[in-house]
Amino acid sequence: MPSLKSLRLRINSVKSTRKITQAMKMVAAAKLRRAQSQAEAARPYAERMERMLASLGASVAGTPDAPKLLVGTGADRVHLLVVVTAERGLCGGFNTNVGRFARAQVRALEAEGKTVKIVTVGRKGAVYLRREFANRIVEEISFANKKRIGFEDAAEVSARISEMLDGGQFDVCTLIYNRFRNVISQTPVGQQLIPAPLPEVAADSGAQYEFEPAEEEILARLLPQNLAIQIYRALLDNAAGFYGSQMTAMDNATRNAGEMINKLTLNYNRTRQANITRELIEIISGAEAL
Amino acid sequence: MASFQLELVSPEKLLLSRAVEMAVIPAAEGEMGVLAGHAPMIVALRGGVISVREGGQVTEQLFVAGGFAEVAPDRVTILAEEATPLANLSKSEAQLRLKEAEAAMAAAANETLEKREAAMARMLSARAMVEAATAP
Repeated sequence: MPSLKSLRLRINSVKSTRKITQAMKMVAAAKLRRAQSQAEAARPYAERMERMLASLGASVAGTPDAPKLLVGTGADRVHLLVVVTAERGLCGGFNTNVGRFARAQVRALEAEGKTVKIVTVGRKGAVYLRREFANRIVEEISFANKKRIGFEDAAEVSARISEMLDGGQFDVCTLIYNRFRNVISQTPVGQQLIPAPLPEVAADSGAQYEFEPAEEEILARLLPQNLAIQIYRALLDNAAGFYGSQMTAMDNATRNAGEMINKLTLNYNRTRQANITRELIEIISGAEAL
Repeated sequence: MASFQLELVSPEKLLLSRAVEMAVIPAAEGEMGVLAGHAPMIVALRGGVISVREGGQVTEQLFVAGGFAEVAPDRVTILAEEATPLANLSKSEAQLRLKEAEAAMAAAANETLEKREAAMARMLSARAMVEAATAP
């Protein structure tokens, strides 16, 4: 049976842990709200970009010299996986889920005989994947020192990717990240970036657009922007999902700490009572023996 | 006078969405005035100033560094990488950007045609920004 003093110490330490997890939960909730509104604010741009791309892409996709970003290199040999994770932990299974998803993808692709290259965005994913696929990681990008993800960060990542495409370093590019469903549910998804899957043209968009300058030229400028916006969206989803996941994890931790405190307090009181009873018995039996 | 819906969006947020009478947008091949009922078009933008007219007067002027515009008879959607109201434009920042763009252009002198063109577009956009910031 543990001594009273050690029990008291444990209760105190669990109490301070609970204070920390509670504070982290509050912070995560506040940041989640901000991240969510940021993700929402980015939506109109992405939607309109998609609409424009749909009406544009359909008219260019068939031509032989269509841009690489749209149709890829034509081959299907080297796959580039861009894995987006959070910078920090203490968020339940958030990072591990993406990591596991990515690992399954790598294995599946390699089983088909493809070459896999990995670019990680976010520190945690790099740490996770390095253990097994260190030789396939070609670049690790981290925004650990950024307080808030901006569009220019996404543009930076997309610039790196298009550079690699121009260098012929891969044929197909897939983005892996946690899609933000709601606060308690984020699911890892793989989204193909290159060749770009064209959004369906809505049947009622009968209007024929004129283009100025020519379609190809607009498309050449629109596609990199589209790549950046897809990545931006993933980064925002990732940020929102991270805070959501952290909030849930910290909520659970706070609850568990509370339960633990109750148990320990009960134990503490019992021990204390047992000590008193024992002392009384000792005194009484001592008196009787006289 | 007939009006149409003007939307100005940047990747970070929806900047403007309201009914206006006329918008002058800096298309890649020259300024373009858009009224309601314009033929559907998709145009690329260069760096320049968007002027919005309501009630016969210019009510808003914003600088955009580049982007795209989708014109339809009843609406215009402008996708801009960044947009700043003319009043908030900083001259020193514009000049700094021009300097950077010129340096990038010099560095790209021996690069591929596409890279040179990108650097050129960047410099022209920066120059337009300086002009917009200097104008009263």
